[in-house]
Amino acid sequence: MFFIQAIITIWQREVIRYLRDKIRIISTLFQPIMFLFIFGMGLQETLAGGNFSMDFIQFMYPGIIAINVMGVAFFSTISTVWDREFGFLKEILVAPVSRTAIVLGKVLGATTVAVLQALILLIIAPFISVNLSFIIVLKLFFSMALLAFSISCLSLLIASLMTTMESFGLLMQVLIFPMFFLSGAFFPLKNVPLWMTVLSKINPLTYGVDAFRQIILGPQVSAEVINSVALHSVSTNTLFLIIFSFIMVTIAVLTFDRNS
Amino acid sequence: MNIIEVKNLTKEFNGLTAVDQVSFNVKKGEIFGFLGPNGAGKSTVINMLSTLLAPTKGEALVNNFNILSQKNDVRKSIGLVFQDSSLDDRLTAEENLRFHAKLYQVPMADYKRRMEEVLKLVDLWDRKKDIIKIFSGGMKRRLEIARGLIHYPKMLFLDEPTLGLDPQTRNHLWEYILKLKKEQQMTIFMTTHYMNEAEYCDRIGIIDYGKIVVLDTPANLKKQVGGDIISMKGQDNQSLKKELVKRYKREVKEENGFLQLEVENGEEFMPRLFNELDNKIDSIELRKPTLDDVFLSLTGRTIRDEKGTFKDRMRGHMGIRGPK
Repeated sequence: MFFIQAIITIWQREVIRYLRDKIRIISTLFQPIMFLFIFGMGLQETLAGGNFSMDFIQFMYPGIIAINVMGVAFFSTISTVWDREFGFLKEILVAPVSRTAIVLGKVLGATTVAVLQALILLIIAPFISVNLSFIIVLKLFFSMALLAFSISCLSLLIASLMTTMESFGLLMQVLIFPMFFLSGAFFPLKNVPLWMTVLSKINPLTYGVDAFRQIILGPQVSAEVINSVALHSVSTNTLFLIIFSFIMVTIAVLTFDRNS
Repeated sequence: MNIIEVKNLTKEFNGLTAVDQVSFNVKKGEIFGFLGPNGAGKSTVINMLSTLLAPTKGEALVNNFNILSQKNDVRKSIGLVFQDSSLDDRLTAEENLRFHAKLYQVPMADYKRRMEEVLKLVDLWDRKKDIIKIFSGGMKRRLEIARGLIHYPKMLFLDEPTLGLDPQTRNHLWEYILKLKKEQQMTIFMTTHYMNEAEYCDRIGIIDYGKIVVLDTPANLKKQVGGDIISMKGQDNQSLKKELVKRYKREVKEENGFLQLEVENGEEFMPRLFNELDNKIDSIELRKPTLDDVFLSLTGRTIRDEKGTFKDRMRGHMGIRGPK
């Protein structure tokens, strides 16, 4: 069926581009590693005196992976804004292809890239004494794909509403950074002020971080310790992300269709 | 036969009228050009005809398909080359073509033959395995033309096809465009703000502030502003002037020691002068009216680049960094 073939064609291009750009693969790894080791090690010393029951680097690790998934998924799709004006998207937009196929191809491409990039981060695990099993990686893979897909849809939705890259800096400050910092990746979201709880509840990244953390650390720390930082069960997080993805992809398709 | 029929096409952006009630037809097999300054609405018309933008009012048929209700048929009928490169510069030339062929449902059995055909047409066959990043501006534009042809469109849109290219590459590109018209009877709709390029067109619409000011063949347009001007200096200007008036019954003007004579067909008139005149001529020059003169006489302005918009600045920026 041509609809599927068009999605695959667009998806394939995104993946080829990613695999060819070795510098991007390496530079995207640099930021999470820096967060983990500089931030993590710095705070670990400070927190050593308190009653935080976990190894802080281990605590941050799943959150950093989730932030990386979100970052890669977001930036892969937001480039659509200038792609539409100056680049390859124009070529896709004048092709006799349904707009829905374009959205799905783009979003699935970004999802694949974000998941591949996040899987590379699993190499760090042994160095910080995190044990991974095949089952853990499999569960993680599913959650990563879900988070990446929903964020890509969100990003494409924003891209269809933005007409120029001028507001991009603003977008970083008012949306991306707050989403990163209010996701529970850097500190537990239990016992935080109410406004922060509210904001983190509407932040899709929170659910990704929470799911990743329980999947990765659940098997190796006691239930008591994991419960002291976990917000929802893994299945609740997954359900949230599925519903969020579904809403986002629908709105993204409708908006993209209208605005292109 | 018309391949494009446009009736009262209008596009408004936030209350600003970019294209104002434009009507025209493009005949099959001709090179039709839109000439006008930046921001005159040329690209907006192309974007509407290629279904990228919905018109505010009016209607248009491309290859007998309605641009609003039969978008996919219109898209299949046309090939497009944009102002800014829309190639993927991380893919090879061949990969760019294959991507395009897949989206336009070119049967994979035909693809290899067609790819060879279009790449040879633009002399890029031996570069097919190269990544676009290392291509020059001219090569990219040629590859885009090849890409625009691989699905066998009925017509080709070229939006400022030579923008940013050096004069030599520009001429070269024109050879390919003229070859397309001659060998494939391709209809070409192009926009430009270079006067000398508009001369290649069979018909030109001069567009300014979103309106077509005039539409005719380049020769007819130039006739409107008057004939060719021959200016000459004789050994004895007074005697030469008398002879010119007497022999040709025309008005002769004198300016800076040169006598000026307006004629219809300068190239043919000059040899006659040499044969018939008794007076000796020291120096002679023929000046033909250009489309610059036409534009100037119609709009009272010369075509020049308007103030840079945000888009232009971005374009420059992207040029330095290489488009994404």
